[in-house]
Amino acid sequence: MHTVLSSAGASVTIGPDQPFCIIGERINPTGRKKFQEQLRENDLSAVEVDVHAQIAGGAMMLDVNMGAPLVDEAKLLGEAVTLVQSLTDVPLCIDSSVVEALEAGLAAYQGKALVNSVTMERERIDQILPLVKRYGAAVIALPNDEEAIPEDPHRRLELAKQLIGIATEEFGIPIEDIVVDPLAMPVGADHTLAYKTMEAIHLISSEIGVNTTLGASNVSFGMPDRHTLNAVFLPMAIQAGLTSAIMDSRTPQIVTAVKGADLMRGNDEWGANWIAAHRAKEAAAKAAAQDAAGG
Amino acid sequence: MTPDEILKGLYDETMIGNKPAVIELTQAGIDSGMPPETMLFEALIPSLEEVGARFERGDWFVPEMLIAGKAMAAALDLLRPLLAQTGVESVGTFLMGTVKGDVHDIGKNLVNIMLEGAGFTVIDLGVQVPPEKFVAAIEEHQPDIVGMSAFLTTTMPMFKANINAIEKAGLRDRVVVMVGGAPVTQEYADVCGADGYAADAATAVRKAKEFVAAKRAG
Repeated sequence: MHTVLSSAGASVTIGPDQPFCIIGERINPTGRKKFQEQLRENDLSAVEVDVHAQIAGGAMMLDVNMGAPLVDEAKLLGEAVTLVQSLTDVPLCIDSSVVEALEAGLAAYQGKALVNSVTMERERIDQILPLVKRYGAAVIALPNDEEAIPEDPHRRLELAKQLIGIATEEFGIPIEDIVVDPLAMPVGADHTLAYKTMEAIHLISSEIGVNTTLGASNVSFGMPDRHTLNAVFLPMAIQAGLTSAIMDSRTPQIVTAVKGADLMRGNDEWGANWIAAHRAKEAAAKAAAQDAAGG
Repeated sequence: MTPDEILKGLYDETMIGNKPAVIELTQAGIDSGMPPETMLFEALIPSLEEVGARFERGDWFVPEMLIAGKAMAAALDLLRPLLAQTGVESVGTFLMGTVKGDVHDIGKNLVNIMLEGAGFTVIDLGVQVPPEKFVAAIEEHQPDIVGMSAFLTTTMPMFKANINAIEKAGLRDRVVVMVGGAPVTQEYADVCGADGYAADAATAVRKAKEFVAAKRAG
């Protein structure tokens, strides 16, 4: 199954036969004190740096989240979407738990966006899915309900099926425009959680066949050397069937691991992308060495 | 084993989260007639405090903190009946819940384990806790501290709603309110009228102890 997202001038296809879709996670104020302060002053200047660094690192889409405390999230998200689209052509993931902010982001967006996210909670479904439909967007579906975020992979599969049933039948959203988030949980809180996430990815992608995504950096929360854990987790999740992730695209170790997984999975024809990335790295190192010698 | 060996063993084994050894040493202490409060205040609590300090410095990590907390909780299960008999004042009672509209509980559960490890009696109301349930539980359990967790910017406003309900019930002066969760900040805690905020479990425990000490002193 292919999920196609677009901006005014470009598109990206998510699918099991495509290179893994790297969605940059950085435009998000959670845990970024200075960025939060800037957002309270309506200052979006940090966003430009984040856009360029993530694209340079290999992001194929960017997540945009303005969820800081004490800000007008709807106003900021609309402005941020316009700003990011003025800086890059990559499609965006519009990320908020505030319905009005999702609407403002969608209204400002040029192209077909990915909405992050809807859960199997009736109130959320009735607020968010009509927006997804009206703007012709795609949506990330989270398999949690009003009761709990289930640990059991089979329960996550069941909730994903229910949510997809409602989205397609009641709201007329095409199944290829639903990307399921099998829920990445921190391995530091319980060492069995990452494996359960991989089981959920496998169940959801093999039984339903939809595309999947997750907030990959969550898995390493609370642990040392998070980059290595993220770089190990992603290829394993890709092997389980994961087709995209909202992830750190600024750390070469992690992006390289994903690119290697593309090749190993047979999604990098003749290794052309892998070889091109190697040449680019060599050229950059050589240019840096010449600069150093010349300067 | 000498009393010193028992206490040193308890301190060391709690720190590395060796639950079977901690249970054995606690039982050895009880059998030898060692006062339970000696084990608690001279070995177990100092050990967990050191774990929290190492975590706050970034030297220790979440799983290490968790297993130490669980080892300590196992010792407390043995000591609690004895402590009740000797009339030792409990460290404090902590009422905890994830706010209405929110089902995230991993962070809350980490804080619970560390609070229990530090000797608090923790009453966990679970997830999706509406204001009236916080109020009823405060009346029932008379906690020293009420902790509220929220993981979403859309559910954080429930802190204020809960605090309003607690005020309306005339209970605000009787409890300290602490808040936390991924999007929560000190500024937000101040604005919503909470007494305290912590960014992680170790800090939450340290601040909870400070609040209880201040409350009892005042």
